[in-house]
Amino acid sequence: MQSSAFMSRKEIIGFVILAALIFVIFPAVLDNFRLNLFGKYLTYAFVAVGLALCWGAGGILSLGQGVFFGLGGYCMAMFLKLEASTPENTAIQSTPGIPDFMDWNQLTELPWWWEPFYSLPIALIAVVAVPVMFAFIIGVAMFTRRVGGVYFAIITQAFAAIMTILIIGQQGYTGGVNGITDLRTLLGWDIRTDEAKTVLYFVNGVLLFAVLLVAQYVRKSKLGRLLIAMRDQEDRVRFSGYNVANFKIFIFCLGAAFAGIGGAMFTLQVGFMSPTLVGIVPSIEMVIFCAVGGRLSILGAVYGALLVNWAKTSLSESFPELWLLGLGGLFIAVVMVFPNGLAGVWSEKIEPRLLEIMGKKKSVAPAPDGAPAE
Amino acid sequence: MFADYSMSELGAIFAMQGFAGLILFSVFVLMALGLAIIFGQMGVINMAHGEFMILGAYVTYLTSNLFGDYMPALFGTYFFVAMFLAFLASGALGLFVEWALIRHLYKRPLDTLLATWGLSLILQQIYRSVFGAREVGVTIPDWMMGSLPLTDLIEVPINGIFVMVLAVSISIAVYVMMFRSTWGKQVRAINQNRVMAGAVGINTEWTDRLTFGIGCGVAGVAGSAFTMIGSTGPTAGQLYIVDTFLVVVFGGAGSLLGTIASAFSISQAQSIMEFFLSGSMAKVLTLLVVVGILMIRPQGLFSLKLRK
Repeated sequence: MQSSAFMSRKEIIGFVILAALIFVIFPAVLDNFRLNLFGKYLTYAFVAVGLALCWGAGGILSLGQGVFFGLGGYCMAMFLKLEASTPENTAIQSTPGIPDFMDWNQLTELPWWWEPFYSLPIALIAVVAVPVMFAFIIGVAMFTRRVGGVYFAIITQAFAAIMTILIIGQQGYTGGVNGITDLRTLLGWDIRTDEAKTVLYFVNGVLLFAVLLVAQYVRKSKLGRLLIAMRDQEDRVRFSGYNVANFKIFIFCLGAAFAGIGGAMFTLQVGFMSPTLVGIVPSIEMVIFCAVGGRLSILGAVYGALLVNWAKTSLSESFPELWLLGLGGLFIAVVMVFPNGLAGVWSEKIEPRLLEIMGKKKSVAPAPDGAPAE
Repeated sequence: MFADYSMSELGAIFAMQGFAGLILFSVFVLMALGLAIIFGQMGVINMAHGEFMILGAYVTYLTSNLFGDYMPALFGTYFFVAMFLAFLASGALGLFVEWALIRHLYKRPLDTLLATWGLSLILQQIYRSVFGAREVGVTIPDWMMGSLPLTDLIEVPINGIFVMVLAVSISIAVYVMMFRSTWGKQVRAINQNRVMAGAVGINTEWTDRLTFGIGCGVAGVAGSAFTMIGSTGPTAGQLYIVDTFLVVVFGGAGSLLGTIASAFSISQAQSIMEFFLSGSMAKVLTLLVVVGILMIRPQGLFSLKLRK
């Protein structure tokens, strides 16, 4: 079978087009400000790709991806904040050498769990490890007890709520509702300059492609096939002797790892991390990025994240009132009218037309993974 | 930490804190009842539930203004009219939403979740455009103001008592509807076996629509009651939605008694912990305990045994 190869020809073309878009066209066409903005959108694409695996392939809808995005982002922000809070920079505080918000909240000592974040390698490991650990605990607790579907969605959403309340409530340790702001340098390298932002954009792009390749590998592997089988007929997979829970835990952790990386890149490019990116609303918006792109397609997820965020920025710049209406309409439309998202529109409507115009009398195969089911 | 208080003061603190918990309990019950009907009986995730409540609250606000302007003599009674109107408005919107949206998605529960979330965003924006972004409060009739002194140390606010009475009466009304009326019998039959229910002549489509409408109507009444203890803003509904879902899931979907029991335990736990910890930590701990219990017992406190 052709699809047993790592990538079909069509998929290679898709990857190349996306690479050209991210690495050549965007940097050439957009000014520095817009490029940084698109870099920010691409950090959401990490989450959307993870969701395409969890939800699209695995049928596990997590409404708590913002938690993992936030955990990754906070790990990065803690490192950057500690670097920015040298005793010299914070000499005016009553306790120099600790982050400013701790000083404002009458903390006189760095909490012990901040200590490891003085080291960049540990911080970088934590960016992936902390979300994965968290996802692992949730996954083991839920999937081994066969909690799934809507119950899983509601409980992950509760986690998003808990996380936000916790971060906002523990102002002295987390920076509260403002989050961790005023981040300056990474190992002495100023991340606020235009040049640094361009470099970070490309680092972000490379990481995104690494994530996409991992996702593609998972999709094409036996695991990917099992996921789809589990989504459609969980009991049959279980009766065939597979441990369904373990596969679910793995894919959920993988999605969390992707989200964590995205969060860290968000912190680096935007220069802050705050609870507004963790809670219920951003978490569910991340689902819509994936849904708009086409929940089965990992490349679609990237386009979905780009498109929705771009629409959000441009609409809320000019018509702030329309944006919520538009977003709400998008949620409804993506469910009612085109459940396979952009990828579905492409493979069902545009691609056959395109081939027709190009004069190829070749029948196009339907979307490789079939229609989504709950 | 108790050393500074005398015995009677401690007793008063616990009594008042317990009463605050009871008000919270009533609020949870009111919020959860509509959802218990919609989610528990139909299995539909309605993320716009909070917005249906807010609709009821705004209807109450409009009614109170109307009575204030044109019928000041009857102002003391406006609330009962408002509650009825809130039920009608939210119920009508519910019927429409079921017809336009929900009925196409019964086979895809996760998609219902996303679509109703979209609906909630649209409703929020409409409220904001119509009523403004600022919170509005209603004028509470005189007889509901003030508090009843029970002893020297213990006082209970009258509007709190009113909300409690309301919660109890609506619970009883829902119970009667669910377990004593033809509609309730049909809903439960459909919940147990949709195909067989249809085969014996129950109009399942219409029953679904009515159920959704009644659930939304109850949410509207709940929203109406909330105006008595707080103000209403366009995004207030979103604050309630997680709590409400947890109450229903924790109680065991499909069990009315479970919903009330879980509302009671969650609200008491939260308000008692609020006395010892900060408000946010009490909330975090309560939610964590609930989620933890749900992980051990996913079917909730009370679960119906069903053959699916």
